[in-house]
Amino acid sequence: MVYVLLAPLLLPALLAGLSLPPRFAPAARFTPIAASSVVLVCGIVLIVATSAGSALTVAGGVLRADALSAYVLAVIGAVGLVATWGGLNAVHTGHTAVPGGYDALLCVFLAAMSLAVVADNIGLMWAAVEATTIATAFLVGHHRTRKSLEAAWKYVILGSVGVAIALLGIVLIYAASQGHGAPTLSWLALTRTDLPLDPGLIRAGGALAVLGFATKAGLAPMHSWLPDAHSQAPAPVSALMSGVLLSVALYAILRIQAITNLVIGPDFLRIMLAIGGLLSLAVAAALLIRQRDYKRMLAYSSIEHMGLMALGVAIGGAAIPAVLLYILGHGLIKATLFLLAGRILAVEGTPLIGEVRGLLQRRPGLAIPWLIAMLALVGFPPFSIFFSEVSIALTGWATGMSIPVAIALALLLIIFASLTRLTVHMTLGAAPEPPSIRDRSGHGPRVPIILALTCAAVIGFLGQPVGAALVRAAGTLGGHN
Amino acid sequence: MFTSIYPQLIGLCAGTLLLTTALMVWRHSLLASIGLLAIQGVALAALVAVIGTTTGDTELLLVAVLVLVLKGAVLPFILARQSRATTRTVDESPRLNPTAALLTVAGLTILSYVVLGRLFMHTSTVTSHAAPIGLAMVLIGFLLLITRRRARSQLVGFLLLDNGIATVAFLTSGGVPLFLELGISLDVLLVVVILYVFAGRMHTKFGGTDVDTLRELHD
Repeated sequence: MVYVLLAPLLLPALLAGLSLPPRFAPAARFTPIAASSVVLVCGIVLIVATSAGSALTVAGGVLRADALSAYVLAVIGAVGLVATWGGLNAVHTGHTAVPGGYDALLCVFLAAMSLAVVADNIGLMWAAVEATTIATAFLVGHHRTRKSLEAAWKYVILGSVGVAIALLGIVLIYAASQGHGAPTLSWLALTRTDLPLDPGLIRAGGALAVLGFATKAGLAPMHSWLPDAHSQAPAPVSALMSGVLLSVALYAILRIQAITNLVIGPDFLRIMLAIGGLLSLAVAAALLIRQRDYKRMLAYSSIEHMGLMALGVAIGGAAIPAVLLYILGHGLIKATLFLLAGRILAVEGTPLIGEVRGLLQRRPGLAIPWLIAMLALVGFPPFSIFFSEVSIALTGWATGMSIPVAIALALLLIIFASLTRLTVHMTLGAAPEPPSIRDRSGHGPRVPIILALTCAAVIGFLGQPVGAALVRAAGTLGGHN
Repeated sequence: MFTSIYPQLIGLCAGTLLLTTALMVWRHSLLASIGLLAIQGVALAALVAVIGTTTGDTELLLVAVLVLVLKGAVLPFILARQSRATTRTVDESPRLNPTAALLTVAGLTILSYVVLGRLFMHTSTVTSHAAPIGLAMVLIGFLLLITRRRARSQLVGFLLLDNGIATVAFLTSGGVPLFLELGISLDVLLVVVILYVFAGRMHTKFGGTDVDTLRELHD
């Protein structure tokens, strides 16, 4: 069983090493797919293993997988598989200075994300999140144009500064734990209710740590790297970043919140996260109205959904399982949309919404999945985003946070209108000149797209396996949430 | 004998850190800033060594050597490698003139003393009294990140920020565990290498590393 915990870390790292030698160059394209499959399988096995409420530890407790880690690991694997498999036909290799470097960096990214999720030591969790910035830095700047260089620079500077703020917060939490005997960075030790931690230091440390991880999660006002990085990176990289990186940053916020809730109560971080969530929704609403680039449109949509998730974390309690379901649903849908956006960019040659018209008539093979995924994104049933949003709103209403929920719903309405208008502009309506043949091909692997959309449609209804896993995962965060 | 001059030694190291920080804001030349970063690395290593010798913690002495090698030698070397060719020709014109910058440094130092003084009112160790200097370094690192135009000067600001966080860590809790210190050092080293590579690419593509020219991506 120990190997199930170590496999998602070691096997992707091994596969990254295998992508580099020129001898394996033809097979290097498949290493990220293999790495994501390993992570997914380990995640599912761990969900089953922790179903009794126990947790697996390895290496003296440095690595620990409880129900929450297992669930997020499975999410990383699932979204990673969709993103890497769906991005298979995109012509990316041959651009890198080191052949196979693109695939190696993707595998390192997956290994770092898995480490962040199974680490019990919050300092190690921090180091893994910082490692993902490093792994994706060259991936974002992959196309070597002026715009991607600008996006990569902003991404690394803002990401590293944000993560440095999180490190300051973790250092202060460590200092707080030192006042009473053994100083520790273990999440398990810090969440024992009988540990008397200094409230002032925990408040400062927790606020800084959440602020830092919120930068990585793309919450306003620290979101400015997100539209640039997502619009310039290759489509599979954007899919992975939107689906996985933002989710793991939110996971880190959940862990820190569990520590601070025990010492200073839930109200402090609740206000911080609610403000961050509403600001993110406002920024997304304002900048989606006149959006011109469809990849930036998807990036602002990610900011919107992260804002809603932050609001859900602020509401806490019964909204946490809904947030966890949201992470999976949003990850799958956004990965699908970024993959399709990459394919549209490759065939149409323009990233501007205004220059893509009548996709349904001209290229139904791309337009039909795009329409279905956009329907899922704006929150139509039967897709799981609908259930998550409704659940968060109802729980917020019931626990006295009705004003933030009302503001959020009003902003969601604006976003819904903008996204609908932009999608209709791109897909419906007549093409400028009627096509001679309709392009029915999917321009890439179809199966991952179909799998992702089906999964997102079905998981909202699977009460027993999925719902029970969500409730167990939320339960590990303690009853104070 | 050592314990009697322990507060003075801590004060000496912390004072050197603050002095080098203020000088970094005052001097515009990139090479001078890199030299000051190296002196800061040495002072930080000395601080860790003093704390380690007093508490008898051998791990801290290893960490002192790591800090000395990384922050005192390797990182300034990487930054200085390409800067020599380009610094003499390009003029750094930061957004804040030196007088205003030094006044801001003084203001930020007072602010960090007020903020951390409240947090550490209960403890009375020598090291926690010097912790506000670490926070001042963090805030002044932010100042450099915002007001400097050239990419490599922004990198100096980022390293100052990181030095400040390390100072707070060592002064408030005797540092973090050794393996985590190794991980953090590795991360910082890799980030600096990446930003150094990007600054080089920027020089090629944009003909200069003025970050104000990075304006093509916006809404």
